[in-house]
Amino acid sequence: MLAYALKRSFAAFLILIVVSGLTFSLSHLSADPALTIGGEQASDEDIQAIRELYGFDRPIYIQYLDWAGRAMTGDFGESYHYGERVSTMIAGRIGTTMSLGVLAILFALIISIPLGVVAAMRPNSLIDRFALLIAVFGQALPTFWFALMMIIVLGVWWRWLPISGNDSWAHFVMPTIALGYYATPALMRLTRAGMIEVLGSDYIRTARAKGLSPTVVLFKHALRNAIIPVVALAAVWFGFMLGGSIVIETIFNLKGIGWLSYDALLRSDLPVVQAIVLIFASFYVVLTLAADLLNAWLDPRISVR
Amino acid sequence: MAMISTPGKSFDEIAQETLEPSPFAKLRKRIFGNYSFLAGLIIIVAIVAMALLAPLIAPHDPYETDLSSRLMNPFWHEVKTDEEHLLGTDKVGRDYLSRLIYGAQISLLIGFSTMLISGTIGTVLGVAAGYFGGRVDMVVNFIINTRLAMPVFLVAMAAVVAFGASLMVVILVLGLFLWDRFAVVMRSITMQARDLDYVKAARAMGCSTPYIIVREIFPNVIGSLTVVATVEMANAILLEAALSFLGFGVQAPTPSWGLMLNEAREYMFFSPWLLALPGACLFLLVLAINLFGDGLRDVSLEKGR
Repeated sequence: MLAYALKRSFAAFLILIVVSGLTFSLSHLSADPALTIGGEQASDEDIQAIRELYGFDRPIYIQYLDWAGRAMTGDFGESYHYGERVSTMIAGRIGTTMSLGVLAILFALIISIPLGVVAAMRPNSLIDRFALLIAVFGQALPTFWFALMMIIVLGVWWRWLPISGNDSWAHFVMPTIALGYYATPALMRLTRAGMIEVLGSDYIRTARAKGLSPTVVLFKHALRNAIIPVVALAAVWFGFMLGGSIVIETIFNLKGIGWLSYDALLRSDLPVVQAIVLIFASFYVVLTLAADLLNAWLDPRISVR
Repeated sequence: MAMISTPGKSFDEIAQETLEPSPFAKLRKRIFGNYSFLAGLIIIVAIVAMALLAPLIAPHDPYETDLSSRLMNPFWHEVKTDEEHLLGTDKVGRDYLSRLIYGAQISLLIGFSTMLISGTIGTVLGVAAGYFGGRVDMVVNFIINTRLAMPVFLVAMAAVVAFGASLMVVILVLGLFLWDRFAVVMRSITMQARDLDYVKAARAMGCSTPYIIVREIFPNVIGSLTVVATVEMANAILLEAALSFLGFGVQAPTPSWGLMLNEAREYMFFSPWLLALPGACLFLLVLAINLFGDGLRDVSLEKGR
């Protein structure tokens, strides 16, 4: 188990190095950053001075090593546009994005687990078909369009909810639904499939045969086993959701790091973009690592393979 | 004297077997008994026909602006403004119905080209990993995990900033990113197919590796390949729409549904149909592709969902 954990952690670390290298080279393939900082009126001497000041005249791999070395200590440099520390800009906004992500995944689980369980109890019944319908619709619904339609109906016509900003909890309701609904189909299908498999297993038949009440069998024996992969998948989806939050935060003007990355890309503010890509990637890597280790701990056969 | 008959089978059973429908008839029954497959297929055929025949069926030129008839109401609106434009006009007086019809071309083009590029990359990686195993598998696994760690949407936006926004760049970027599911699925199916008896036999007969992969392995994976292809096509269409909606995709005046949503955003209060219509088209196309894919899986695999 320990050897497996070490091996997986090393692979995760290696992945982050490759991702950071790709991100760094991608952003330096684009227009000369010195021109972006200097603006259109800058003279050739100005540009040269900027290059030396920021170290753009050094070979690219030296620049990368320098950047990566600092990034490990949490120092992502300064924003080209705002002149602020990137780390402070992100620290001030990451809470909003995390709250949105956690709320959205909770919303998705609250919808998908009960629906999946009920659907699994009676396969092909009316309620199972209804659950499938919700899943099929959810997969096809463009998240950002769903968000826009909610704004029109709930925000503009009925005036139930605020449509822009992040001042109160009410500002999080629509973004949470929009982002969370997107994850519902995958989680619901997995709950349903897992429950159907578990309900057909021998130990459930034994539990029923010895006269336990259906509620106890369902919740204590079946759901507890079927829910493990769902939780692992939810962890991975949480990582995806941080990426999906870019569109949602931009639409609702919810100023988290998704909104920040959109703003930074509009201004070609490379240090901010690089930092956010790396943060999203780290989140995904850490969450999948945690899910893998959790699975390996619950099912020791995995770590031997 | 014993009766001459197949041991263990009664005459009734043999009669039953001969009366059983042919495999082709069974397949036909599965196809026509599967309403989601049929519904998906019909909608897809209709949208493809609409895209191909766009110059013939579109009532107006989708690019022709007419500032004297801006923001005309659609036919269901109480206030009649113009009989000429069935679904009204956008902010520069372009016929909305014609733009929606031409928009199908963009979405289908993006979905199809992206799926071809990503399908090729993913299949090559997945089949190589599954067939050769060992070191090759380790390397491919690492590449897949690295790709999964990169936040697709953010990196795609950054790439569009770096290489300029155009249809070509969007297709290439999405094609180079959306191969992960192909690789994962192809890898596991190839692993199973590798150990089938007739593949072993081909190897024992001394057939070359390319021959075995193309003639023995490939027919096994083609069913799942098509199902994954539909999923990724839908995914690419949704991502393009989201990119164009944020202004990091197809550029004006191209009639992309995502871009139309972007242009309609400021008219949310007074002309909500400008937002509702392109999104509904997107939803319908993606829904049809998903239904088709789900149905294809049920039709090609006996077990169903």
